Amino acid sequence: MSADTATLAQRIEARLGERIVGVCVSRGETVVDVLPENWLAVARALRDEDEFKFAQLIDVCGVDYLGYGQVEWDTTDVTATGFSRGVEGEGPGRFDWAERPRSGAGHRRFAVVVQLTSVAHNCRVRLRCHASDDALPVVPSLVPLWPVADWFERETFDLFGIVFEGHPDLRRILTDYGFVGHPFRKDFPLIGNVEVRYDEALGRVIYEPVTSVVPRVLVPRTLRHDSSLEQAQAEQAADLQKS
Amino acid sequence: MQEIKNYTINFGPQHPAAHGVLRLVLEMDGETVVRADPHIGLLHRGTEKLAESKPFNQSIGYMDRLDYVSMMCNEHAYVRAIETLMDIQVPERAQYIRTLFDEITRILNHLMWIGSNALDLGAMAVFLYAFREREELMDCYEAVSGARLHATYYRPGGVYRDLPDTMPQYKQSRWHKGADLNRRNAWREGSMLDYLDAFTDDFPHRVDEYETLLTDNRIWKQRTVGIGVVSPEQALAWGMTGPMLRGSGIEWDLRKKQPYAMYDKMDFDIPVGVQGDCYDRYLVRVAEMRQSNRIIQQCGAWLRANPGPVIVRNYKVAPPRREEMKQSMEALIHHFKLFTEGYGVPAGETYAAVEAPKGEFGCYLVSDGANKPFRVHLRAPGFAHLSSMDAIVKGHMLADVVAMIGTYDVVFGEIDR
Repeated sequence: MSADTATLAQRIEARLGERIVGVCVSRGETVVDVLPENWLAVARALRDEDEFKFAQLIDVCGVDYLGYGQVEWDTTDVTATGFSRGVEGEGPGRFDWAERPRSGAGHRRFAVVVQLTSVAHNCRVRLRCHASDDALPVVPSLVPLWPVADWFERETFDLFGIVFEGHPDLRRILTDYGFVGHPFRKDFPLIGNVEVRYDEALGRVIYEPVTSVVPRVLVPRTLRHDSSLEQAQAEQAADLQKS
Repeated sequence: MQEIKNYTINFGPQHPAAHGVLRLVLEMDGETVVRADPHIGLLHRGTEKLAESKPFNQSIGYMDRLDYVSMMCNEHAYVRAIETLMDIQVPERAQYIRTLFDEITRILNHLMWIGSNALDLGAMAVFLYAFREREELMDCYEAVSGARLHATYYRPGGVYRDLPDTMPQYKQSRWHKGADLNRRNAWREGSMLDYLDAFTDDFPHRVDEYETLLTDNRIWKQRTVGIGVVSPEQALAWGMTGPMLRGSGIEWDLRKKQPYAMYDKMDFDIPVGVQGDCYDRYLVRVAEMRQSNRIIQQCGAWLRANPGPVIVRNYKVAPPRREEMKQSMEALIHHFKLFTEGYGVPAGETYAAVEAPKGEFGCYLVSDGANKPFRVHLRAPGFAHLSSMDAIVKGHMLADVVAMIGTYDVVFGEIDR
């Protein structure tokens, strides 16, 4: 199957080369990066052309790259008092709504990732599209090509606030009626910003700012260069080369 | 003349045929559905976001709670994604055990489905029959993991422990005594594999029993034949997978087409439907139970003959053995580090899919090299299926909506996540 995916990447490069940002094959999976303006055209070509025939849209999801690769607990430098602790990270459990991290100059924060399957050729491809504006991420909708994109894009809009241009019915889907915010963004606190309780006096359920939970981190995020893992991988690669 | 308007009704979320917490807003013209608008998310727990705040291993338990009637298949997708990113080779015996338990899970799921779907459509007895066998298989879950539903049995690098040599026996009580007690314990004399042998010999007759109740049943056929017809083109366009796709005549099964675990060594068939209606999907699922039974037998035979390790001996991802920890300081440190900090997964992204009983269950995992996932997205088959509700159900009667919800095999744990 690996030979197949390699040729698939080459075929995509040859056919759609000028309309895509790049193709790469990693771990046997073909990934195609596309700009929003070419998003529909590339998807249409992959769906309709005989050499691709990606008839099935398997999945659409959003990714928020805010804080990618940042640590909460710095373990690279040791001082006389130990590792530096409690680094101000932007991890999801660290902050409440008032202290949420604001996205800085980091460009192209939001991406939409799509998985396609070709039943005819038995292969998969992953498309990724970074929205060009962080403040109002807009990506063209795939609903005209695959009707199943309807709910997947509603979900992505609901959770990430990515707007799909041309979507027929872009409503919230998973969160509560009247919910404010996009909970899967990295600057949305894990504890949320409102909680509900039944109020005896008013005789109805009311919304209040979160007070019953405090933001906390049980296990800090660490990025380590794991020597034993790297060594094991190097040995495995050496074994593969020998055989 | 009196003006006649369409009528809007709320179906669920507290309706027994809504399979949990589906709120379906139906616009009716008389008894015909004009528009169906499913409202979901009443069970949304933010599993994906929670997983971002925890080390990788601590989220395996969440996977059980997604599709809570096919627990181990969900775990399988998640651990496969981690294994792909870390480039771990899983021992062969662990792969066979995973294959075995994926199929046990498939039977568990289909039994739940056949029971509840028949119950929705008015056949009470099937539910009781199906739960009898479900009980026997859940005992296998309990024997390997200690939990009957939420097993957390699969781990990156293998499975948590080997299959047990003994099965727990029923004790004499007011409810189990005499000949009944002996019959129940007769299967449980030997190891779990002996127990499964006895089960797989018996199970085809049990499936025959369900078929006697349903396959030629006049009422069952009136409620399902020609109802909810999904054409092959529709099935592809709506992202359908699993029995929904195969019921429409497309022979697509990840276990055959993109094999994982040990499926390429298994001998089994893919049943497909012809009409793409609810009845065909019923036949497909029943045939799948028989095929799963065959796979369990093959796995059992191999596992009996080939003992070996069931999890990698890489202490960065798998804990050392208890005995070792009593002797070795290193082992104790590894254990402590693994359960407090976890392990870092090399930066990158992957999509791992398994053929779960309901269709393709996928896990898209992005790692930035930390000990927690940067982004986990879970592709639930039920989510794609349910989104086609409006297109399929339009023009059907209200009672057929119930048949359709049943045939989608929806479970809100995975749809709402």
